[in-house]
Amino acid sequence: MTLLSVERIEAAYGPAQALFGVTLDVAPGEVLALLGRNGMGKSTTIKVICRLLTASTGKVSLDGQDMAGWPSHRAARAGIGLVPEGRRVFPPLTVEENLTAAARPGDWTLATVSDLFPRLGERLGQRAASLSGGEQQMLAIGRALMTNPRLLILDEATEGLAPVVRQEIWAAIRRLKAETGLAILVVDKSLKELATVADRAVIIEGGRSRWAGDFAELTPTLTERYLGV
Amino acid sequence: MIREPILNAVIMAALLAVPLWALWAGEPFTITLATRAAILALAAVGLNIALGLGGLVSLGHAAFFGIGGYAMGILAHHAQTYTPLMEAPFLIEGTKSMPVIWLTAIVAASLAALLIGALSLRTTGVYFIMITLAFGQMLYYFAISWPTYGGEDGLSIYVRNDFPGLNTLRPFPFFAISYVALAVGLFLSWRIAKSPFGLALSAARQNEARVRTVGMDPYRLRLTAFVISGAITGLAGALFADLNRFVSPTMFSWQMSGEFIVFIILGGTARLFGPVVGACLFVILEHWLGGLSDYWLVFLGAILLLVVLFARGGVIGALAGREATHD
Repeated sequence: MTLLSVERIEAAYGPAQALFGVTLDVAPGEVLALLGRNGMGKSTTIKVICRLLTASTGKVSLDGQDMAGWPSHRAARAGIGLVPEGRRVFPPLTVEENLTAAARPGDWTLATVSDLFPRLGERLGQRAASLSGGEQQMLAIGRALMTNPRLLILDEATEGLAPVVRQEIWAAIRRLKAETGLAILVVDKSLKELATVADRAVIIEGGRSRWAGDFAELTPTLTERYLGV
Repeated sequence: MIREPILNAVIMAALLAVPLWALWAGEPFTITLATRAAILALAAVGLNIALGLGGLVSLGHAAFFGIGGYAMGILAHHAQTYTPLMEAPFLIEGTKSMPVIWLTAIVAASLAALLIGALSLRTTGVYFIMITLAFGQMLYYFAISWPTYGGEDGLSIYVRNDFPGLNTLRPFPFFAISYVALAVGLFLSWRIAKSPFGLALSAARQNEARVRTVGMDPYRLRLTAFVISGAITGLAGALFADLNRFVSPTMFSWQMSGEFIVFIILGGTARLFGPVVGACLFVILEHWLGGLSDYWLVFLGAILLLVVLFARGGVIGALAGREATHD
C-alpha cells in the first residue's frame, strides 16, 4: 500500500529544467530519506509534491488520488505537512499563535506539540521572532504537526543548528516514528542520524532518481559516488 | 509606555465621558461631535479588519459606507412618503425601525463586499487599490445618476429613525446607540484578531506561500475578512446617515475611503483602538482647525506626514509601543 506516489516527474523553473524524471513512493508509517548533493533537485521534488511547483510531466498521487491541478493548500489539507527549508515561521506571531493559526482537528494539539517539544510549551506566549534558530525549527515542525498530517515532509530540518539542538530534533523525529506511525519524507545530509530513523532511501542526482532501496543497503560506494561522503 | 489594554480602556472611557459632561453642561453639539466620532470610528474599525489584519489597502470602502447610508435613506424615505419600495412580485414597504435598517444595511454591504472582494482579491498591491477605488467610484456615479433617490442632491430624512425604548431625537440616546455599536464592532474585531481565522489572516499578510503549506487558502481568508469588514462599515454608514438625517453620493466618494485610511494610520494600523483614536482626532481637528481656516486639511496632511515619518505605530504606537498586542 502506498500513501504518496511520485512517478517520473519533470519540472522546470522557467526555461531551466530542474527535474528530469524523479520516482519515489512512501508507505504509511514509513520513513523515507531523500538524498542527494546540493542542487540535485531534492527541494524541487518537495515543491512539486506540495504543489508549490507544477510538474510538466509525470504524476503525483496521494492515497491513489491524482494531485494534478490541486492548489497547494489542498495538498496540505489532504494530509501533507511541510516543514520548509529555513525555518519559515510567522515572526510577529507568538508560539501559540503560530501553532493555532495552522491547527486542524486531530490528535495533534497545543498539548501534544508541547509534550514533543517542551521548549515550545515553555514559550507559548513568546514571539516567534525572538526564538533561537533551533526553537524556530521546532516551531516549524510543531506547526506542520498541528495540521494533523498523514505525511510529514522535513526539508533540511536540522541544517545550521547547534549539535545539541540537532539531537533534540532527531530525538523528536525518532519519537514520531515510534509513537505515531506518521509517514515521514526527510531530506537531510546527516547519514548517521538518518540511519537511526529511515526505512528506505532514494538518491537523486541531476534531477533524476538514481538509486532506491532499503536504507541499510546504502553502501560506502553509493554514498561516495552520489553524496560525496 | 502605557500598557495597551489600559490605554484602550482610557480611550473608551474618555469617549463616553465627553458626551456625559456635555449632557450635564447642556452642550448638545459636543454630543453630536462625539456621535460622529464614534460612527466614523466604527467605519474605520471595519476597514481595519481588512487593512490592519489582512493587509488589504482598500480605497473603495466608502462603497459599503454609502450602501449602508442609502439602505437607511431608501427605507426611511419610503416610510415617510408612505410609498412601497416594491409591489411585485411581493410587497416591500419602507421602515423607520433602526434594527431593521441596520440588518438591511449589513446584508446589502456584505453582498456588495462579497461581489467586489471576489473580483478585486484576485489582484494584489496597487492593482487591488485601483480596482477597489474603481468599484467605489462606480457606485458614486451611479448614486449621482439615480434621480429616484435624489441624484446628486441626495436624500433628506425629516425625522430620525426609531429604536425601541429610546428617544432617538435627543442627542444622547443616539450617541449611546452609536457608542454601543462601536463597542460591539471593537469586540468583534478583537475576537477575530485572536481567533485562528484572524491569526491565519495575519499570517497570510506576512507570507502567502507559507500559509498555503499549512492548508489554508489566502483568497478565502481575505474574502471572508473583506465581507466582515464591509458589513461593519455598512452598519456605520446607516448610523452616519441617521445622524445627519441625510444621505448623498458623497458617502461613496473616494475621499471618504481615504479618510478611513487616514483614521487608521493616525491611530495605528492593526491596533484595535487605532481607528477610534484616529477618528476622534480627525473630528476634533475638523472642528477646531475648521473653525480657523477653510484649508484645515492642509494641517491634517502635515500631522499625517509627521505620524508616518516619526510615529509609524500611530498615536497608539507612540503611547503603548510599536508592537501590536491584540489585547
